[in-house]
Amino acid sequence: MAKLTFQGGIHPYDGKDLSKDKPITELSAGPVLVFPLSQHIGAPAKPLVQKGDYVYRGQKIAEAASFVSANIHSSVSGTVKAIEPRRVASGDQVMSIVIENDGLNQEVQYYVPQDLDNLTKEEILYCVKEAGIVGMGGAGFPTHVKLSPKEPEKIEYVIANCAECEPYLTSDYRRMLEEPEKLIGGLKIILQLFDKAQGIIAVEDNKPDCIKLLRDLTRNETRISVRALQTKYPQGGERSLIYATTGRKINSSMLPADVGCIVNNVDTIVAVERAVMEGKPLMERIVTVTGDAVKDPRNYKVPTGMSYTEILDVAGGFKSIPEKIICGGPMMGVAIFSTDIPVTKTSTALLAFTKDEVAAMEPGPCINCGRCLEVCPGRVMPSRLADAAERFDEETFLELNGMECCECGCCSFICPAKRPLTQEIKSMRKIQLAKRKK
Amino acid sequence: MSAQFHISSNPHVRSASSTSGIMMLVVIALLPAAGFGIYNFGARAALVLLVSIASAVLTEFLFGLYKKKLTITDLSAVVTGLLLGMNLPVTIPLWMAALGSVFAILIVKCLFGGLGQNFMNPALAARCFLVISFPKQMTDFISTGKGALDAYTGATPLALLKSGESVNVMDMIFGKTTGTIGETSMIAIVIGACILLLAGVIDLRIPGSYIVSFAVFTVIFGGHGFEPAYLSAQLAGGGLMLGAFFMATDYVTRPITVRGQYVFGIFLGIMTGIFRFFGPGAEGVSFAIVLGNLLVPLIEKATRPIPFGGKGAKRHG
Repeated sequence: MAKLTFQGGIHPYDGKDLSKDKPITELSAGPVLVFPLSQHIGAPAKPLVQKGDYVYRGQKIAEAASFVSANIHSSVSGTVKAIEPRRVASGDQVMSIVIENDGLNQEVQYYVPQDLDNLTKEEILYCVKEAGIVGMGGAGFPTHVKLSPKEPEKIEYVIANCAECEPYLTSDYRRMLEEPEKLIGGLKIILQLFDKAQGIIAVEDNKPDCIKLLRDLTRNETRISVRALQTKYPQGGERSLIYATTGRKINSSMLPADVGCIVNNVDTIVAVERAVMEGKPLMERIVTVTGDAVKDPRNYKVPTGMSYTEILDVAGGFKSIPEKIICGGPMMGVAIFSTDIPVTKTSTALLAFTKDEVAAMEPGPCINCGRCLEVCPGRVMPSRLADAAERFDEETFLELNGMECCECGCCSFICPAKRPLTQEIKSMRKIQLAKRKK
Repeated sequence: MSAQFHISSNPHVRSASSTSGIMMLVVIALLPAAGFGIYNFGARAALVLLVSIASAVLTEFLFGLYKKKLTITDLSAVVTGLLLGMNLPVTIPLWMAALGSVFAILIVKCLFGGLGQNFMNPALAARCFLVISFPKQMTDFISTGKGALDAYTGATPLALLKSGESVNVMDMIFGKTTGTIGETSMIAIVIGACILLLAGVIDLRIPGSYIVSFAVFTVIFGGHGFEPAYLSAQLAGGGLMLGAFFMATDYVTRPITVRGQYVFGIFLGIMTGIFRFFGPGAEGVSFAIVLGNLLVPLIEKATRPIPFGGKGAKRHG
């Protein structure tokens, strides 16, 4: 069988060897935790607690403010110290609940459905919504919304996104190796929502051990198959992944459900399993801490709300002074100027690089080489879009299908003139998206 | 932690390719053909190449002084100078070679905004300028100098073909004929082209469609039908190979779209055929490519890629 893949894409240095062979280490929360009310796409959650309130671990401290929104839970027990704006990874100040950890880890009683063998669809969706689960691959789209498409009977594939195509990241890899039964269990729960759907676990072929393990474990599952994908960035992009596994194409204005697909990331599916089987809300996640400046690169299981500074302290700190620190992967992550920001539901990694290779490169003029067109998974013309964006020529930008860009960064990566193509296109897209909302 | 770290937009990693690296590869790939030219035509060929490169780089350097921007480090001026030199006859007066380089760099490239902004291939535009301005010197292949092979001075193989005489195809493939400095050896040019193909600097879309469509045109309109000797002489002769692999593939002046590149190649093949068979001269590559350059914006407009999943006309949310 031909390798499952998509057109375009790049092969950056993957750096996964730094952290992939070390088991996940669990970290306990520090003295103060920060829970931004907006850790997801949609309306910010509404606080349910006030300053001075005592909260338990697992307690809902903010609730979804509308359908597209998500609950937020405390990952520790302690006292609400403040509800105030705090800086998050994007650099914005976001209203956050600040909790002082009393270290007692007093936990709430979790609600678990009575009959786990005969769960109703309503029960599953209720558990997912209550647990505040959002897409943990980075986008943060509320999972209960994703799992409630208009026509659930038309869903043919539930795809577990286990590609982990971002360089350096190994959290999904470790999760698959260490808790494969939770991934499979979660996928089976989601499949109960869609009677006609087949489950696909899609893994890049640079993780042969995961593929083998998952294949062994799903041998008797008639509704689940494990597929090996060609290792190529951005294989785990939703559009690339759907195309590689099903041959179906969606554009920027379509949802996966429009072509009968539901895509969820590994961690999200594990969170669904935990929410349904144990009634536990989303209050921890696995974060890869890596990069050449980090003393002990590895994966940590971290309570949400913990600050990156604390994680770095536990991780042994830096072995050299980093020039750049990135929240997320090197392709789509956000550079941060200070590590005093909290881990949220969508945090995937913290990378620290001794050298900022981008700053060392002076952008030159475009030589029209066409490499950006070749690597673009959206099949648009990045160099021309960036030109149009630079001139603020909105008409040309839209005519050249600028809105079909998925901001994956392949064009900037490949550009021999080192032009910041993705950045230009992103800025213009942001403006256009804001205009649409009006 | 009080340290402040660098902030920039994603992605935070970059590939190793660079503009100067690509230009360097092109220079390296041109060396076999240039080297053969020096072997074929003697030391003066080296002098012509040196003068055209030096004046191209100097022109760009001086313009850079005026613009307060050092651009010669991207090596594109070296490529232009070298290509122009390879497109000149060995007997050309040196001042003409220098003038050609100044025209290429100053008029065609810098005045239009520098690297990436020119709409014609600078080296070829300069060659056309020289051919029109100094037709005698630019087609003087009679008094070929003191190279290894000064025995066959005289008309170029294509000129011989045009006047109905026969040519030695094997000599043409090796390059033991007269012509401009860099165009005579098909083998040396193809070796260079292989370097660029293997390094991923060019692909076969333009050269392939150019050469194939020219071959088809020759069979239909060349007046000799499918005659292998005549066809291979037409393919090996003149600047076709140099033009197809090194000048039609010039990034800046070829369409950026994949489908557009095929259209461009086919257009060049047809135009080269028309110029060679129906025009007054025996040559047609330079004018075909320069003319093709002018059509690039139109070709691109007509061959824009279709975005993944089709146009996003429908909106949600």
